[in-house]
Amino acid sequence: MTGLPEGIERRAFDGRERLSTCGQPVYGEPTDGEWRCWDAGRSKLGAMLETGMDVDLSGGESVLYLGAASGTTVSHVADFAGPTYAVEFAPRPVRDLIDVAEDRPNLFPLLKDARKPETYAHIVETDLDLLVQDVATRGQAAVAVDNAQFLADEGQLCLAVKARSEDVTADPETVFEQVREEIAAAYEIVDTRRLEPYHGDHLGIVARKR
Amino acid sequence: MTEHATERGWFAGLDPGSADGAREAIDEGSAVEPADWPQRAVEAGFADSVDDYYELLHEATVTATRATVVDREQADDKQLLHAVRAMDDADRTANELAERLAEWAGTLFDDVGTGVEAARQLSDREPATPLESRVISLAERVDDLATEADELRSFIEQQAPEVAPNLSEMAGPVLAARLISLAGGLEALAKKPSGTVQVLGAEDALFAHLAGRGSSPKHGIIYTHEYVSGTRPEDRGSASRAFAGKLSIAARIDHYSGERRPEIHAQLDDRMSTIRARADEDASEGGHQ
Repeated sequence: MTGLPEGIERRAFDGRERLSTCGQPVYGEPTDGEWRCWDAGRSKLGAMLETGMDVDLSGGESVLYLGAASGTTVSHVADFAGPTYAVEFAPRPVRDLIDVAEDRPNLFPLLKDARKPETYAHIVETDLDLLVQDVATRGQAAVAVDNAQFLADEGQLCLAVKARSEDVTADPETVFEQVREEIAAAYEIVDTRRLEPYHGDHLGIVARKR
Repeated sequence: MTEHATERGWFAGLDPGSADGAREAIDEGSAVEPADWPQRAVEAGFADSVDDYYELLHEATVTATRATVVDREQADDKQLLHAVRAMDDADRTANELAERLAEWAGTLFDDVGTGVEAARQLSDREPATPLESRVISLAERVDDLATEADELRSFIEQQAPEVAPNLSEMAGPVLAARLISLAGGLEALAKKPSGTVQVLGAEDALFAHLAGRGSSPKHGIIYTHEYVSGTRPEDRGSASRAFAGKLSIAARIDHYSGERRPEIHAQLDDRMSTIRARADEDASEGGHQ
């Protein structure tokens, strides 16, 4: 298992070792001084780190985050990363995302559709280090492939695939296999793992841009 | 110009060192492919340094995105969605509190009934003891909540025909608002196939069916309309299919054109009388035997 980057630490909360980052509290999470607990049950990226997936982070990365929702996970990402572009499609959660961004000068909230990268390519820069994707829409693999243009060569993808968003009736393993095949068009897969017990029917994928 | 001329960042044409007026560029702009915008902004003199650029970008994205969220959330169909959800919450809470009240008031007075109406009567009484004044005060809350629900209903009845004239005429304003609320907005409803509109509100049954348990639901919330609930059970599938088909056409007209179209309402009435005529035919055939 890889070490945690600068800016993420395991600390004891309620008697358990849990992930945490340094920053302004956002959603009533437990804190230890400046450190805020990163709840893997509410964050797919948190679950990917907690289950020991091969995520290579060193702190200070430039990030594009697709499916930022209310900013629960993205707040932790902005705590340890550099410039962080947060894309979310639904207006209601963006209301909360803006409050999260206000305290974080390196976080840029965008009300855009991750399936249409051309609508934010005039804002989001190239050569990013990390693409985090957690969108609950059909065609999750296509979104990851279309957005590879923002990544630097060898740039990293952390993708949480929600089987139910592709097809509620299909067996999750069949869906995951299809996604693995499709993203191979733009990425080389480094590690995949189911995100149980934190998130049911989700697959975590870590990959590098070809 | 340089080879950069083909692609322009969001900051093109803005005053150097200022993110004013950036909203339109952020909302409406686009590019075929991304570029090293921080570096270009510095080269173009928009920002003094990359750090300066990020500061301007932060200000511009927070300001623009906030303004757009406010606009999107204040759209009339979104207001209708909140109103109908608030009405249901107020109704449900009033009923729950009325039940609690009936339990409590029954121990103090011997002539109280149950339900919201009983709570309204109770709230007119003069309390004789501090204990009675607590109970009667609770009755007043129930009365207030039920009144709020009624007022929300009349607001919806007046507002829904303005937001969705065809849908409201066909379904009635409250069911129209409920369909918009279940779909998440008028545009979302307009984009749904009629088979989805037919089972909106019956998601539990639908997913149980898709997972192989149970039969497919014939109707969702549209059951509350007389066209479905007033049709005999063996014809309800046809009735709800026809009704949902016309409802989704109505939603599309309302979203994309906004004009009233009398002819679709006449078509639905025709179709409904055909479906209902089956019951009469069956009845007369039965008479011959």
